[in-house]
Amino acid sequence: MATVLVMVLALMTMQALMLFNVGTTTAVAAIQDKIDIAVYFKRAASEDSMLALKKTVERLPQVKNVEYVSSDEALADFKQRHLTDLTINQALAELNQNPLPGSLNIKANDPNDYALIAAYLDKNAPAGLIEKVTYSQHKNAIDRLNKFVDTLNRMGLAVTLFLAFAASLVAFNTIRLAIYSNRDEIGIMRLVGGSNMFIKGPYLVTGIMYGFFGALVAIILMAPIANIINPYLVRLVPEVQLETYFYAHIFPLFGYMMLFGAGLGIISSWIATRRYLRV
Amino acid sequence: MIQFINVSKIYENRAVGLEDISFTIKPGEFVSLVGRSGAGKSTLIKLLIGEEKPTKGRILFGAYEVNKLRSTEMSQLRRQVGIVFQDFRLLANKTAFENVAFALEVGGRPQSEIDEFVPQVLEMVGLPSKRNHFPNQLSGGEKQRVAIARAMIHHPAVVIADEPTGNLDDINSEEIIKLLLRINELGTTVLLATHNKEIVNKLKRRVISMVDGRIVRDEPNGKYIIM
Repeated sequence: MATVLVMVLALMTMQALMLFNVGTTTAVAAIQDKIDIAVYFKRAASEDSMLALKKTVERLPQVKNVEYVSSDEALADFKQRHLTDLTINQALAELNQNPLPGSLNIKANDPNDYALIAAYLDKNAPAGLIEKVTYSQHKNAIDRLNKFVDTLNRMGLAVTLFLAFAASLVAFNTIRLAIYSNRDEIGIMRLVGGSNMFIKGPYLVTGIMYGFFGALVAIILMAPIANIINPYLVRLVPEVQLETYFYAHIFPLFGYMMLFGAGLGIISSWIATRRYLRV
Repeated sequence: MIQFINVSKIYENRAVGLEDISFTIKPGEFVSLVGRSGAGKSTLIKLLIGEEKPTKGRILFGAYEVNKLRSTEMSQLRRQVGIVFQDFRLLANKTAFENVAFALEVGGRPQSEIDEFVPQVLEMVGLPSKRNHFPNQLSGGEKQRVAIARAMIHHPAVVIADEPTGNLDDINSEEIIKLLLRINELGTTVLLATHNKEIVNKLKRRVISMVDGRIVRDEPNGKYIIM
């Protein structure tokens, strides 16, 4: 009983870590997807030169895609967004030219490459074309988020490992006691020629069963927990649907935990039988 | 059948278990191994069934070289040896029948074989009526007969009895020895370790005498003579 309990604790932590990873990966991806480099052209830049730069940038291997927003589109978009704002509408009406520049929105495959792309633009774009390149603020935010996720991951892994170790020790001790209380029977099995596997088998199976039941209890306990914390998570990052993910992946989750639990169990019982079952 | 070649066993605390033991037992022999407690009889048996490894020398058992067996082969060897101990070593929560059947179950034999052979062997040791008795409902002599039945269930080539009469009174001891003799007549080699002088002298079979881990006498039709 105690063995299954500790096993459940270890597996729950592992499961939480797995779900946390899915959550953060989705969240980071969602945020990264919103990030790009914006290249604002000078008002005087011709559309041809802007499109030529778009083509060059598109050919960079680090670049996922490039979106060209002409100054007219930018204006339309701007107007659309501030449809009800009278002040802005009046101000726009008073300007009889379009104040918004054309721009490129560049998305990289890897957020770490934005600096590289910015440097490339700095060096290779024709002089007098670019007004400014914005990317640096995003990068800091992403770096911080990544660091935070990394730290949490590492802590989760440490807790999982620690609990896994505790679970193995408890399983080991339980099996050791079982071997001790059956020592007469084991002695006679050896005497009458019971094979190695015949004698060890039941204890190894016991170890596997601890893992199996541990995984079963862990997954049953996780269902209501996912239910409870899901609304809070959705409020934080709308893209993270923990509950949906949990139910969609319940079998793989269970499978991983069972493998891990059974692995722990069988390793503990293997060591216990090796040490206490001299055949 | 069984051959010890210059076998020594020295324990970690440097106590000498056996010292340069050599002897051969032929198939069908009935050999008594005698000596005081601590003379090395039990050590010799432990080496023979592979429970301990010799420090030096070779131990041959049929086609097996016991001191070189791996644990998987060891269980095969042990199915060819029937072993009987002074303290019977029966499982208290199993009946006489189940105790004997256990030896077949451990070898992975089918139930049909168990139902056929176990009653036969219980019949042979004279306990067919006690098959459903638990060990605590049996007398010492009966327990030892169950143990012999269990040892015989695999039709072993050799039966090793380590002080089988140590816990029994004279009458029961005599019965057990008679049973071992009958087993021997059926062609099974018997190795009997004992310090019961009377039994050995009555047997008039080969006697190997041990003192302090060495063989001091090995005679056919021997007597129990230990200085």
